[in-house]
Amino acid sequence: MLSPVILVPAILNGLLTGAVYGLIALGLTLIYGVLHIINFAHGALLTAATFAAFFAHRFLGLDPYLAAIVLTPLFFALGYCLQRFVIGPAAHGEDRNILLVTLGLAVVIENLLLYAFGADTRTLNLDYAFNVVDLGIAFLALPRVIGFGVVLVVALVLWLILSLTDTGKAIRAVAKEKLDVGHIYAVTFGLGTACLAIAACLLIPTYYVNPHIGNAFVLIAFTIVVLGGMGSVTGALVGGLFIGVVESLCGLYLGESLGQIGIFVMFILVLLFRPSGLLGERA
Amino acid sequence: MRGPSIAHIVLVIAVLATVPLLTPSNVVLNFLTVALLIALVGQGWNVLGGYGGQYSFGHAAFFGTGAYVTAILQMRYGVNAWIAFALGIAAGALVGAAIGALTFRSGLKGSYFALVTLAFAEVLRILASVAPITGAGVGILITLDLRPQAFQFQSRAPFYWIVLALLAVSLIIVRLIERSRFGAWLVAVRENEDAAKAVGVDTARVKLAAMTISAAITAAGGGFYVQYFLFIDSGIAYGPWISIEALLAPIVGGIGTVFGPLIGALVVKTLGELTKLIAGDAPGLDLVIYGGVLILIVAFAPHGIAGLLTDLRARFARLRSSVLGRAHG
Repeated sequence: MLSPVILVPAILNGLLTGAVYGLIALGLTLIYGVLHIINFAHGALLTAATFAAFFAHRFLGLDPYLAAIVLTPLFFALGYCLQRFVIGPAAHGEDRNILLVTLGLAVVIENLLLYAFGADTRTLNLDYAFNVVDLGIAFLALPRVIGFGVVLVVALVLWLILSLTDTGKAIRAVAKEKLDVGHIYAVTFGLGTACLAIAACLLIPTYYVNPHIGNAFVLIAFTIVVLGGMGSVTGALVGGLFIGVVESLCGLYLGESLGQIGIFVMFILVLLFRPSGLLGERA
Repeated sequence: MRGPSIAHIVLVIAVLATVPLLTPSNVVLNFLTVALLIALVGQGWNVLGGYGGQYSFGHAAFFGTGAYVTAILQMRYGVNAWIAFALGIAAGALVGAAIGALTFRSGLKGSYFALVTLAFAEVLRILASVAPITGAGVGILITLDLRPQAFQFQSRAPFYWIVLALLAVSLIIVRLIERSRFGAWLVAVRENEDAAKAVGVDTARVKLAAMTISAAITAAGGGFYVQYFLFIDSGIAYGPWISIEALLAPIVGGIGTVFGPLIGALVVKTLGELTKLIAGDAPGLDLVIYGGVLILIVAFAPHGIAGLLTDLRARFARLRSSVLGRAHG
């Protein structure tokens, strides 16, 4: 066993990373809850958002946290249009088609980015990226602590939207009754995509960007969504935190690349044996 | 639905077989060999996805297993290349059966099935990128040994004929499935699984059999890839590219039809080459086109090119009969 001196920071860091995972999963689960589709373009859209956050700083000098304010509505609009004008019409109301269309979108977005920017990995050098918060038992990176806080706020806002506004009520009604309302579908897809813009801005100060970055995150997000129960907002957050800790501990014991396998194995096990999620009710 | 007859298949294969006699061009042969390889891999996907309606996003799992087993048995254990190739197909089928048994027993379908197959392929990719036996990050190079008994040839024509022969076998298998009781069950599962179950079809077993056959065909593509290119690494073997091409070919050509994957592979590969011709060898651009084609086909031609041709023929027949009818009337 490792001593608490190593274990506690690992767990805390896992929680911080897990919060951002939770936010990405939140977008995915929101879309699933209403549209009953798995959005295979989620990872590619995250990659696009990360590039957007990167270039907003590089060319416009926008700090990632400020960029979030601009990018969130932008990605909401992007998601809205994708669902309204591409996915919805192209799928002819068939689930199998939706799978293929979102996969096609993922391939297009990811490879457009590869074509435009090459396979290079880029990083932002922000002067506060290495600032730390001293908790006594652990040093935590400041940007990740901020990220944790933002995720909690976003989740709260999203919850308020869903439970208080008319649109939110409509979304939940559609989720329950499966009414065919193109606008509500598109709003939901937009909200899910907007989550990615925020997640990207939270990631970019301490992470890097390349055309494949979304894939790693989205498989984790799939795992979280399955774990937390498809369509469950709380499940996504709790699942995200849990997976963050698991990954951190797996990385500690097994090393970086095998730590990833830990997540996949858990993902497959959950899918096989508890597809409705650990918290969700039986489908 | 009436599919093509065995005679049609023999005719198409015979015509394709004459290509090396007509042109000495290595560019043409290389292009066609790769296109037929994709047609073969796509035919594997078509058995499960096209006829059975189970959309796998992770056929790389079978392609890669076929490729790695072929390479590893040769290079690490000195097994003859042909035997290694056959065992590669068997290993692919085994992986297909194992994944199928796990997923279908758990009742996974639709999005979940796509997701879990994708995850299996990714797990294998990561394992292959760290395990010493697969050459980890470096991959495996097959030693040059240009003899037919080593499944290597001086010229491209024999490779072309071999992949054509493999494709011919897969076409006949699919044609036989199409007309068999098993094929009818498979289509019943695709159209309405609950209804199929209600009339007594053992749907889990039907899907499992389809997945095993599907995996074996796709694994043959992987084994051939290794012999043709003499190299394999984790990104090629288990990467998402092959999972995408595997489903793209039948969907573009005509999902759930005997010739769909062949038509689709030829069209998709031609588009890829045209892109390279116009834009140079830019990484990613061919895949942008592929993704776009996938969306457009789903949106505007859900039965693929084969469906468009059938439509056209029906329209032509109607036109002719109405013209004739008017002439006689």
